[in-house]
Amino acid sequence: MPALTYIDAISRGMWEEMERDPSVFLIGEDIGAYGGAFKATKGFQEHFGPERVIDSVLSEAAIIGAATGAAVAGMRPIAEMQFADFITCGFNQIVTNASKIYYRWGIPVPMVVRLPSGGYIHGGPYHSASTEAWFAHVPGLKIVAPSTPSDAKGLIKSAVRDNNPVMFFEFKYLYRRVKGEVPEGDITVPIGKGDVKREGGDVTIITYGSTVHFALEAAEMVSKEDGIETKVVDLRTLLPLDRDLIIDSVRATGRALIVHEDTLTGGVGGEVAALIAEHAFQDLDAPVKRVGALDAPVPFAPTLEAAHLPDTERIVHALRELLQY
Amino acid sequence: MVKTAAPEQKRGTGGKLSNPDRLELYYYMRLARECDDAILRLYRQGKVVGGAYTGNGNEATAVGSAYALEKHDYLFPMHRDLGAHLVKGQTARNIFLQQLARGNSLTHGRDGTGHYADPPLRIYGNVSHLGAMIPMAVGVALAVKMRKEDSVVMNYIGDGGSSVGEFHEGLNMAAVMQLPFILIIENNQFAYSTPIRRQFAAQKLSDRASGYGIPGVTIDGTSVSLVYETCRKAVDRARRGEGPTLIESVTMRMHGHSASDDASYVPVGMIEEWRKKDPIDRFEKILLADHLLTGETRKKIEEGIKAEVEDAVAFATESPYPPGEDAGKGVYAP
Repeated sequence: MPALTYIDAISRGMWEEMERDPSVFLIGEDIGAYGGAFKATKGFQEHFGPERVIDSVLSEAAIIGAATGAAVAGMRPIAEMQFADFITCGFNQIVTNASKIYYRWGIPVPMVVRLPSGGYIHGGPYHSASTEAWFAHVPGLKIVAPSTPSDAKGLIKSAVRDNNPVMFFEFKYLYRRVKGEVPEGDITVPIGKGDVKREGGDVTIITYGSTVHFALEAAEMVSKEDGIETKVVDLRTLLPLDRDLIIDSVRATGRALIVHEDTLTGGVGGEVAALIAEHAFQDLDAPVKRVGALDAPVPFAPTLEAAHLPDTERIVHALRELLQY
Repeated sequence: MVKTAAPEQKRGTGGKLSNPDRLELYYYMRLARECDDAILRLYRQGKVVGGAYTGNGNEATAVGSAYALEKHDYLFPMHRDLGAHLVKGQTARNIFLQQLARGNSLTHGRDGTGHYADPPLRIYGNVSHLGAMIPMAVGVALAVKMRKEDSVVMNYIGDGGSSVGEFHEGLNMAAVMQLPFILIIENNQFAYSTPIRRQFAAQKLSDRASGYGIPGVTIDGTSVSLVYETCRKAVDRARRGEGPTLIESVTMRMHGHSASDDASYVPVGMIEEWRKKDPIDRFEKILLADHLLTGETRKKIEEGIKAEVEDAVAFATESPYPPGEDAGKGVYAP
């Protein structure tokens, strides 16, 4: 198996899907000749042509609206947001149109919106946001958020093949920092299934995206220093959640820590905590804990950003508190 | 169903309206108004679910524009375009099933009024967020162009909806990409209670077209033949691959925004003034003068339409609501 960076794995997945299915096309700002702000589509236009790799006008509403319309007409568009933050400008098209069409009309809307998400990159309030929770409240959408190159490739392929609008959150922090083995060929990762990234019997961390890596680091630290064995559950899909994996894991370990890069209040972690309270309350040995960003915009200065976003140290601290309860 | 011309007949051959075409236009305008009137009657009887929005005054624009489309063209109408639905092949029965939220309606009661889609007829209804359909309709035009199909997309917006950002975003994309897209602004003087002088400062809404580098025209939206001819040119142009056209069709909303609106904000005399230009009366006079229509044929058409609408109302009224247990089903496509 070749080792790919996280972003190259996404590119590879899109490339394969475009080769496989002529109805798949890309639309976004600066994605064609320039290859995209993060170069996820470098070389695509040369290979697939400008009709299938469309450099669009600067309008998220037009990009997502056009993708929705094209999907209704039977195409399989992948729309790129230059940054997940800019989804606000296309929010209406996702929430009002794309998410409700199948329910109202019975017409599938097979489209993917790619969202370069999150912080740790000194991007400030408008290039660092985690926006996934807004969409977790919208029935009709699916949300995926891979943490590894292998999952990223498998999930982008599944997202393209899904007959519903899929919000594909990809983490800028992981783009070139994470490299891993990626199976070659037509291997997909199912939407709706989480993955156990580390086994452990003392406590479960439930997390996704960038913070999976901090969680794994923290798990190693408490294993070495405290002899605590942590199970790390990577949700991979945020809508629909893998309820069985969450509940079974917490039942087995009796302790749960929920970690995400997004702000805490109204975050996906709240829904996970509610599921645990509803279905695993009797098995809990300690109250559910959460680690997330401060309830504030993502600040610009490195000192502020570091204080804002969750890190390994905070996760270690929370794990120890949970075990000492 | 009574029709004056066979539906298979090619409409407007060579861009010209034949006499059977003109009778068909008349029929559809009358049918649209009869449906609207029946919807209002049902509303007053408390039988309509939700609000009732009529296209009274807009018949020439709705019917004349959609008449310029072929079967394989896409229609993205608005809530005052019942006539366009009918021209595109929708049945009165389906219209009333939607209005009464029945289980056998096109949306199975999940959405109301003209908010349905009927893919075989290539009708894709509006949503309540005005302007939101424009980028989506542009997306269908994009798919059409990518697949090198022969279809065009016709989309409608109101004077109020022209203030929404997606109006600009969608139309600009369509212009830049030279898509087969026609946008009709139905300027009917009011957006709910807001008069056009508080909606836009341009002299004409079609002036905006030059900002997008596309043709724009403002027309009298009460003349069905003028609407048809204007739209036909735009459709032909789009089909030749020459890109979008913006058409401002000037009409009057003869009723309140919805049946619950008494329209007391409309200046005294304005309705009466516009009633002189009633699109159906206008056209009827021409057809009578041209001896296409006689008292007798008019009566026959009238009776046919009444029977058609009565049948639709009865059929819809007798149809059941969808079962409550379906509410959470079908959110995701398999």
